[in-house]
Parts: sequence; structure tokens; C-alpha cells
Amino acid sequence: MLILGIETSCDETSCAVVENGRRILSNIIASQVASHSAYGGVVPELASRLHIRNIIPILKQALKEANLHLSQIDAVAVTSGPGLVGSLLVGTELAKAIAWSLEKPLVPVQHIAAHLYSPFLEEKGKPSTSPDFDYPFLGLVVSGGHSSLILAQSPLSYKVIGRTLDDAAGEAFDKVAKFLGLGYPGGPIIDNLSRQGDARYAAFPRPGLRDDNCDLSFSGLKTAVVRFVKDKMKGSVALSETDTKNIAASFQAAVIDTLLQKTERALKETGVSRLAIVGGVACNKGLREEAVKRFPHIALHIPSPILCTDNAAMIAGLAFHLVQSGRFAPLTLNADVNLPIE
Amino acid sequence: MFEIQSNSIEETLQLGRRVAEGLKGGEVIALTGELGAGKTVFVKGLAKGLGIEETITSPTFVLARTYQGRLLLHHIDLYRLETCNDLDSIGIDDYLGGGGVIAIEWAEKFMGDLPPPFLHIIIEPGEDERRLIQIAAADGAAWEGVYNSLRWRQNGFS
Repeated sequence: MLILGIETSCDETSCAVVENGRRILSNIIASQVASHSAYGGVVPELASRLHIRNIIPILKQALKEANLHLSQIDAVAVTSGPGLVGSLLVGTELAKAIAWSLEKPLVPVQHIAAHLYSPFLEEKGKPSTSPDFDYPFLGLVVSGGHSSLILAQSPLSYKVIGRTLDDAAGEAFDKVAKFLGLGYPGGPIIDNLSRQGDARYAAFPRPGLRDDNCDLSFSGLKTAVVRFVKDKMKGSVALSETDTKNIAASFQAAVIDTLLQKTERALKETGVSRLAIVGGVACNKGLREEAVKRFPHIALHIPSPILCTDNAAMIAGLAFHLVQSGRFAPLTLNADVNLPIE
Repeated sequence: MFEIQSNSIEETLQLGRRVAEGLKGGEVIALTGELGAGKTVFVKGLAKGLGIEETITSPTFVLARTYQGRLLLHHIDLYRLETCNDLDSIGIDDYLGGGGVIAIEWAEKFMGDLPPPFLHIIIEPGEDERRLIQIAAADGAAWEGVYNSLRWRQNGFS
């Protein structure tokens, strides 16, 4: 079964074709990062306009790379939420148009559930990186807009174990980077600087570790960084390059430590022995390395960076299972900005 | 103008709840204060006071989030925006005049563009969790309800 996936929930425009929920035939992603970087983040109105401009060329390229004609597709899958409303609508309207004109089933997909499906995708020309990975598993979902811990029981069943209380992990990276004058997107910049800095330089808090739950909070950590820098700058003009690197390293260490300690807690709570780390922040090299170190005895899957970012292959992949259980949508499908995963 | 010393996150939340009690809908509340000052904390209190059960998370990434309580609450974040055109581009007009309460973080760059009479809340960090919170409005009469619910607290929290 060949499924066309469409993903436009935030600032990546992506179309993909996936065979039988596994094999990626094409996965084309147009990132808008360069257009948004002047603002230090995604601007919704701008994102929708860029999606409209990019979506048809991306669709054509995805079909071409898969060596298929649109009529050979068996079903059309699309992210229907959560995300930015103007962005989501570009995808859902295109999917509806294709479904209607070619009389193909329309499959709505929840964006976070799709991220959690990435361990099961096989990249073109590459063998599966975790062929034995299976349900149930714990997912640490970390990106600019989300940080949560989710128990994936099957492709169709999820339970939220811990959620964002204030700032998402990726947002904390962006805000601290902007505060330190480092630019956007903050994640990769801080990740790279961290490699040259001393993580023991500042003892930043690990927010919420004493709380009796798996919820994630990064607002207090952000405040601690601001306070530390202000104290540090008293009497001196600016932070030295070394100071900046050390602060970046100490901040990143605090984020990673918090995420992984909460993950450990969630693993205990759920009793599962498999873990997937997904979402844009899963590209963070420090997080990837530390996760491997801390969880040597469980099956750990972190997708390749291309499958960590928003992409349509994960949408088309998960949709295969939704098709099997008949979870189709009528042509009245609407985007839902708060679509829950449970 | 009110000046209130908050000694903890809990007190800032409480102040937000109290302000919410005096709201009728359609009000604009502009929040200013540096990164980490506690603007979102105040809005969390405001939401609680409006009977919103959901967790209020930072709207920075998506620029705006809407919650349904006793009144609609539009939580807007202008942290990343630079000019008045940007304000138009996020569709600010869609929120204004809709009858909901609008809480705007990082409003300082756009004070001249906000429709009066908005309430201005300035949060200044002190030691640890302490914050000096100033509440001001160009037209005090328009905020009589909120002012009344604050009045007995003017001398701080007991």
C-alpha cells in the first residue's frame, strides 16, 4: 500500500510517499528556518504563506522521487493537528482536494503520534536502524513547541505520562540563545558551543525533579540563566567568549539532565524497557550521547536527524495503521490546533 | 497606580487571580518585564481566576493561545516581533474586539499600537522570587472593577 503524507503543521513544508508503513520512497522537506530567523522564531502568518508557495512543488518532487503518478497512491494522509492553524489548513485543504478528485481515502494524523512512529521507518537505501523496536515504548517528545513523555501502547493508542508546564525544551534553547545574543535557532547553536564549554561552570537548577510527577518545566531554568548572567556582568562590560561557552554548556547540561531524569522516572512508572527520543530537539548531539550513556540496558531509538525534524514520512507511515483500522475522515475534515494524542 | 510587592510565585499567581475577578471581557492587559520576570506566571493566575482548568504554557512558540473560561482568554506573546507590521501579521485585530480578555506579554515595543484603555502591568525582579509589580492604566475609570478588587491588597499580601 502506497500512502502519500502531507505535513505543514509548523514551519516545514513536507510531502512523502511511504510503502506499507515502513519503507520511505520519498520524503521531501522544505524548511522555512532562513525566512523566520530574522524574527528569532516562527511567525505564523509568514509560515502559512510560505507553505502555500512551496506545497505543490514539494508534492511534485515527492512523487517524482518515488517514481509515481498521483493516481497510483492508495490513500492521502495529512497532519490535522496540533500546530499553527494557518499552516495546518494548507496541508488539510490540499489533502482534501486530492482525496476528492482522485476518490482516495483521506487519513487525518496527529502530529505527535506521527513523531512517535519514526522508529519504524526505513530510510531509502538504508537498512532499518532498530529492526526489533516494538510497542509498547516510552517516547520522550522534545521540540520547539512540545516537551512530553508519552507511553505508546500501539500505533493507535497513547497515554501522556508527563507534559509541558510552561516553556517547551526547544523554546528554552531559543530564549537562552537569544538572551546570550547567539541567534536562531538556539538548539544547534548552544549544542555546538557546549562542546567547547565547561558544563560544571554554573550549577543551574534541574526544575521539578523533586516534584512527584513526570511533568517538564524549563521556565525556572531560563530565569536562573538570566540571573546568573546579570550577576556575572556586574562590574564588567560583557561576557567573554569563554564565559558564553561555559554558560551554554552548563545550561544544556541542565536541560539534558532534567529531561533524562524525568525519562528515567517515567520508565520506572510505566515499566517499559524501550525508549524513543523524537522531535527536533532529539537532533541535539549532547542529548543523544548522554541518553546512550544513561540507558545502556534498554532498547533506545533516536531517529536520524532528518526524521527528528517535522517530516511527512512519519505521517504517511503512521497512516498505514490508521487505514488498517478504518480511521478515515470525511471531506469536511478541519484542522484542530489542539488535537490531543490520547 | 498600584504598587504591590510579591514575595513568591504563589503571591504573583494570587494577584493574577484577583485581577481576573474584576474583568468583564474585552479588556487588554499589557505585561512588561524582562526574561524570567514572571509574566507567564501572572497570566497563569489570571487564567485560574477566569476558571480556566488547562495548564497555561508559554505562547512564545506559537505567538498566541486561546483558552475558554468564564471569559475567553487570548494569551499573546510579542517576544519575537519587531515592528507594528508584525503585529498586523499575527492577526492582532482578530483578537481585539472579540469580547475576550487579551493578555499580551512583551508589550513594551507596541505600547503606542495598543488600543486604550489597556491595563499595564510591569514586573520587576528583586531577590529570589520577589517581584515588584506595578499596575497602571491611562484611564483608571475604565478599570474600576479591577481596581476595586485590588484595593484591599494595596499594602501587600498578608
